[in-house]
Amino acid sequence: MMGWTETLRTAIAALNARRMRSALTMLGILIGIAAVMLTVGLGQGAQQQITDQISSLGSNLISVSPSQSTSSGGFRGGGSAVSTLTMQDAEMLADPQIAPDVVAVAPTSSTSGSLQSSETTWTSTVVGTVPEWLTVRAREVDTGRFFTTAEVDSSANVAVIGSETSSELFSVGSPIGQTISINGQSFTIIGVLASEGSSTTSSLDDTVLVPITTFASRLSTSSSANSVSTIYLSGKDTDSLSAAYQQVNTALLASHQVTSENADFTVTTQASLVETATSVTGILTLLLGGIAAISLLVGGIGVMNIMLVSVSERVREIGLRKALGATPGVIRRQFLVEAGILGVLGGLVGVGLGFAGAAILTPILSMTVLISIPATLIALAVSLGIGLVAGVYPASRAAKLAPIDALRSE
Amino acid sequence: MLQMSGVRKTYSTGVVEVEALRGINLDVDAGEYLAIMGPSGSGKSTLMHIIGCLDVPTAGTYLLDGTDVSSMSERQLAEVRNKKIGFVFQQFNLLASLTAIRNVELPLVYAGVPAAERRERAMAALEKVGLAQRVQHRPGELSGGQQQRVSVARALVTDPALILADEPTGALDSHSTAEILELFGELNESGRTIVVITHEAEVGQRAKHLVHIYDGLLRESVPVATAGAAR
Repeated sequence: MMGWTETLRTAIAALNARRMRSALTMLGILIGIAAVMLTVGLGQGAQQQITDQISSLGSNLISVSPSQSTSSGGFRGGGSAVSTLTMQDAEMLADPQIAPDVVAVAPTSSTSGSLQSSETTWTSTVVGTVPEWLTVRAREVDTGRFFTTAEVDSSANVAVIGSETSSELFSVGSPIGQTISINGQSFTIIGVLASEGSSTTSSLDDTVLVPITTFASRLSTSSSANSVSTIYLSGKDTDSLSAAYQQVNTALLASHQVTSENADFTVTTQASLVETATSVTGILTLLLGGIAAISLLVGGIGVMNIMLVSVSERVREIGLRKALGATPGVIRRQFLVEAGILGVLGGLVGVGLGFAGAAILTPILSMTVLISIPATLIALAVSLGIGLVAGVYPASRAAKLAPIDALRSE
Repeated sequence: MLQMSGVRKTYSTGVVEVEALRGINLDVDAGEYLAIMGPSGSGKSTLMHIIGCLDVPTAGTYLLDGTDVSSMSERQLAEVRNKKIGFVFQQFNLLASLTAIRNVELPLVYAGVPAAERRERAMAALEKVGLAQRVQHRPGELSGGQQQRVSVARALVTDPALILADEPTGALDSHSTAEILELFGELNESGRTIVVITHEAEVGQRAKHLVHIYDGLLRESVPVATAGAAR
């Protein structure tokens, strides 16, 4: 029986004898593999980017936002929604008896505010909240300090601003101790937040934080001074996040006297956000990857086509090899190996092109193209598989040729 | 060495049945040099295919070197061809992309002989046909006579029981024809069994025995009257 080294050697010699054709055949596989790698890489890159962004919103974050329940139709037509969440809800959730897995609660209310410093004016989001906000949102103060619980209780006119807001309002000098006016009310700046460093969502760094009591009495546009727009909570750790979610949900359902069918609020965990984002990008990746996979399929058909041509061109050679003692199995293996080599070589160059494309596209699209090692190995295995599958029919045609018919053909 | 009795071969081309061989009885002893002559359409090629185990008879028995090959599978036939028969074709049938020595090595590749031994044996065979200086040439760089000698070397390399030549001089000029016939004579002297199929009387005359085939039947015609060549 013929050894593998000889089979490989013969296959390479046959492919080498028709270099141009072999190269063009490989091109089909090559483009397919590179396209699949890039589209899947882009999808995974986008997925990771989104996941990172959501994680940067705060670790173990749970947010409760108001929603209009389907049964309370009276709320609907009224233009801007009246929040169904109140300060009392936030206080209740801070009770360790009610929600033991919640460690920090930060009720927030927000509005758009026009800011005026001694130099300039600027429009930003003004958020009323409590000191726990820092913990819950996983933020830090860069210079100065955050406001205290005492300042919340006394409705002090103090504000903490984001780094971008700071640089917009005060081009020179420290903003600490400066007075700015927010919607006509004057506030003293006591701190500047550390930059979140996210390039895509600059709004994280463009914000003004004031005590929620001060917000309610002096800035709120809401009819009810007691209502809050979102309650942020921090779970104890990642493992107890779903327990915390359950406790919050159950407590709010009970206090609002509603069921989960007509709930007037929505509880969202970071995990559920990530899940939603992942499923969306996952579908996109699948769709794009599927389109790219079709080009790979076309490449495979190209291999089969060229192998069939090769078999009919080499009928005489096949006949001679059979006369000299090649069994049908040996001939079949010969052509399968040729097709497999076309597939693998196309795949290898395709993977190379995929990496090169990823390196080029990343700065151009300012998106991460994430190419993983397992994905690369799968791509190679797939290209070998395509080569082999495409080779099966031509190879069995070659193996079935009768030696006398093959020798006779001129 | 080679015993055929009552060998028939029928081809069916669509509705028509063609009886190419109609009962061939043939005995070839070891060390024999037999020529089979016949015009085209006589069944000559069909007989060559059956002797060469490229095809199996429809009826009758064929023993090659003591083995019944008349009902073997294609895989088994490939093995028999590889081990017991050395082919020499009219069109040489060398692979154009391979050097002379690689062409000669080919039957050994299919026999699974290790590379070093293969080279050695192919070299020896090429020396025997007087082409030791041309081993790295490709067929395109060799004359017709030289190409045919490469294919004789390829036929010899497995040390087969039988050398089967199908019109070996059909594509050669008279000078090369003489050379090849000379080579066959020498090989037979050294004990090789040779069967040549030809339509050239000149080639037939050089063999020890000669049989004619007409309409799928053998007719004896023995230049040197010895028993055993044909019945």
